[in-house]
Amino acid sequence: MSTALDLVTRVRGVRGAMLVSTEDGLVVAEQLMEGIKGPAVAALAASLAGRLRRAMDAAGTGAAVFWHLQGEQGALLVVPGSGILVVAVAEPDVNIGLVRLELLRAVEAGL
Amino acid sequence: MADDIRALSAQLAQDPQSLVFLRLGEALRRKGQLDAALRVAVNGLERHPHLADAHDLYARILTDKRDYERAFDEWDMAVRIAPHHTGALKGLAFLYFKVGDVAQAEAHLEQARKVEPDDPSIDQAIEMMRKGQGPPSPTPGPVVEPAATAASSTAAVSRGALDESRVFAGLEGANEGLLLIDGAGRVLGGALQDKAGADVADTVAAYLAGVSQEAARTAKLLGLGAWMGLSAEGQHGNVHLAHPTPDALLLVVRERGMPLGRLAILAQRATAMARRWLEKQ
Repeated sequence: MSTALDLVTRVRGVRGAMLVSTEDGLVVAEQLMEGIKGPAVAALAASLAGRLRRAMDAAGTGAAVFWHLQGEQGALLVVPGSGILVVAVAEPDVNIGLVRLELLRAVEAGL
Repeated sequence: MADDIRALSAQLAQDPQSLVFLRLGEALRRKGQLDAALRVAVNGLERHPHLADAHDLYARILTDKRDYERAFDEWDMAVRIAPHHTGALKGLAFLYFKVGDVAQAEAHLEQARKVEPDDPSIDQAIEMMRKGQGPPSPTPGPVVEPAATAASSTAAVSRGALDESRVFAGLEGANEGLLLIDGAGRVLGGALQDKAGADVADTVAAYLAGVSQEAARTAKLLGLGAWMGLSAEGQHGNVHLAHPTPDALLLVVRERGMPLGRLAILAQRATAMARRWLEKQ
């Protein structure tokens, strides 16, 4: 699991990454910079992912394979896996495409 | 002209999908019945959002109403859909000249001339502009006629002025993939259909209740500042969420073929429209 997170956090501009259980929103593993409240972020990310999944199902777009929350000073990037979310926290100027690829690779590798 | 309008209205009533709304809208505009013309154009745009001529008609009416900003958006959209649309190119030239950007005005007229080299009105407009007079308005003035038949002649036109289905009028996908929701998960405007064409607006709105607040809290906890948007790539389609106001949420849904970046641009336009619409309410 930590190898998967290593691949993600190696990307320039990524401030941290974690694995979150989709079922209960608990942190499974994390590599976060100091100051980031992992458990709280995990709970909110899981909740957002749940709402998004239901809304996207109803809209007919199918399950999300990648989503990102864009903020003024950075972004939260998420790839849902089987029962787990791979989450990255990034700086505003991060290469989102690259982080997306690493997150997808982490999920494909089965973590 | 009143007879023309009556006949065109009847044709449109018989076949609301037909393109006769373009002639009816223009006839009403020329007659100075701008509100009726606007309703015809907006209704037409809802049915034919990818039709450059419909955006051109809407822009001409907006220009007559001196709503130059929105007219610019509509002509800009017409040119994006049909880059060689000379009506829209001339319209943009007129508006550029109006704000003092002579270079852009001339560039648009030159572009129009390349498309229609035999159109003498383009040469005339370029000449007038070089003399500092400005190109003639692309919207010839109304023909003054008694308006006695106005009410009956526009019977085919829906009367709901700025109702909820028109928040995104003219925007691509306004009738199927743009939704404005309040903080409690109620639909404020727009429409959303699934692939089978079923209306899923209320269901999706209910699931998205509170997302704006949750996104804001998550962004705050992470030190990301204010959240600006949420993009998601689905198996069969992509979505983008934005918040035109702190409480309202805007959802844009498109097929998977539309990249997330382009979706975000479309969402920006929709956000601006939603904000204007909310301010008017």
